[in-house]
Amino acid sequence: MSLSVDIRKKLGKFQLQVQFEAGDERLALLGASGCGKSLTLRCVAGIIRPDAGKIVLDGVTLFDSAAGVDLPPQRRRVGYLFQQYALFPNMTVRQNIAAAVRDRAAQEETVSTLLRRFRLEELAVLKPGQLSGGQQQRTALARILASQPQVLLLDEPFSALDSYLKSQLELELMETLDQFPGTVLWVSHDRGEVFRSCQRVCVIDGGQSQPVQDLSQLFHAPGTEAAARLSGCKNFADALPRGEEVYLPAWDLTLRCGRPVPSDAVRAGVRARFVRPAGGPGENVFPCAVARVVEDVFSTIVILRPEGAEPDAPPLRMELDKMIWRALPDRERITVQIAPRDILLFRH
Amino acid sequence: MDWYPLFNSLRIAAISTAAVFFLGIAAAQWIARLPRGVKGALDVILTLPLVLPPTVVGWLLLMLLGPKRPLGAWVQETFGVRLVMTWQSAIFATVVVAFPLMYRTARGAFESFDQNLADAGRTLGRSNAWVFWRVQMPCCKQGVLAGTVLAFARALGEYGATSMLAGYTPGRTATISTTVYQLWRTGDDPGALRWVLVNLAISAVFLLAISLLEHRRERR
Repeated sequence: MSLSVDIRKKLGKFQLQVQFEAGDERLALLGASGCGKSLTLRCVAGIIRPDAGKIVLDGVTLFDSAAGVDLPPQRRRVGYLFQQYALFPNMTVRQNIAAAVRDRAAQEETVSTLLRRFRLEELAVLKPGQLSGGQQQRTALARILASQPQVLLLDEPFSALDSYLKSQLELELMETLDQFPGTVLWVSHDRGEVFRSCQRVCVIDGGQSQPVQDLSQLFHAPGTEAAARLSGCKNFADALPRGEEVYLPAWDLTLRCGRPVPSDAVRAGVRARFVRPAGGPGENVFPCAVARVVEDVFSTIVILRPEGAEPDAPPLRMELDKMIWRALPDRERITVQIAPRDILLFRH
Repeated sequence: MDWYPLFNSLRIAAISTAAVFFLGIAAAQWIARLPRGVKGALDVILTLPLVLPPTVVGWLLLMLLGPKRPLGAWVQETFGVRLVMTWQSAIFATVVVAFPLMYRTARGAFESFDQNLADAGRTLGRSNAWVFWRVQMPCCKQGVLAGTVLAFARALGEYGATSMLAGYTPGRTATISTTVYQLWRTGDDPGALRWVLVNLAISAVFLLAISLLEHRRERR
């Protein structure tokens, strides 16, 4: 089972160009809002028609502009979980699920099984407006599975929920997805959600998809600055390659990278967690002034200005455990260290 | 008292409301999907009868359907049917005048309908017709019902275009509104009063029915 997508679509000034392949796995489409993630899902589902390209699901061509193939959504067998779930407000939970059963003969039985499986039996006679967010999501999932889809498309499945509900529902959803044999595309802007839920990720930035990568790769070698940002990296600066070192003019720093720096590397990045207080003299150790301290729930975020930084240079963010921060002797001026392997390098 | 005008008015209003119901919904559904420019132009044309004086609508219809006009003459020749000065002629007038009310309210309701619901139905394997009748129409029930009520009320009270197209022939084309005018014109105020009271009664029953319907919906 596999899904292969290679499409282009122009909407006004926005240009979508997305290409990826997914097997029986959970593939995340990760991107900032407005990057074209949902548009991609809509193209796969057949709700929106791409300008050009090809979509193939398990050997069946859903869309092929060259061959003039464009199956209607009814014949694509995709289960689309909409952001607000799109339950039919005029129907009860039972009717909503029954509406999706294609095999009429087995309708009664399929609906009962799904009601039981998603713990909806007691709610079966209620309308969607009478349900909580979590119950709505369970109903929507039951309804999708009733239509026996070959691929699941999840469009920001938790955006309609309060954050305290999220973690519980995330586990429930994962259980459901574990039992689903086919491909799952999971659209998200939340790297944490993606890390917890998916196996591989396709970063979409400004309508352009990047090669599919493993999650560990996204974290340790994101490849592009956009991917690094989406994976949570906060510090970026222009860079000049110098052998195994980079020179960062904005901070007037030369940092060792422990590997040959590609001659076309033009930006460098480092995660806030990987900027650490230095234990003593060593590689990539430099003094900074503390510009601002922000207390987060479990950590402290320290905004630093490397000494020698230009007046308009971007600040350097450091994030560390509260206890470690409080134990530091001098909290006005500190010396920090960045391990060579933690420096990310980007080409343009 | 000759009850023919009451019967004729109700029959004209009922037939034209039924016609306007389907025409208005079809137009609303079709136009809601068109590109913006075309939509605006068609919108103006279809809404025009709402703001035109009924006599202007009547005159335009006469120019189209009159026995000496191309369309009217052709129908008369081919089918032997006269399009004006019969009780059915009033239906043309009431349909044109009531149509914008149905079309506008239905379109407003359709435009506020969450398109994701339709897309959900289609990805779940349901036909476009199923989605329209089983999801979209129930969701837009309120707007569609309001449009139907407005169209019926407008059709029932139509005078200007009706009197030009169907005229006033007692027992044949007379409606309540043309009868009231005729009786007043001939100085028969007691006669006019009887029909005014009949009309007031119909309107009151009508409004009562609407508020009962709304109450029932609120309680649900």
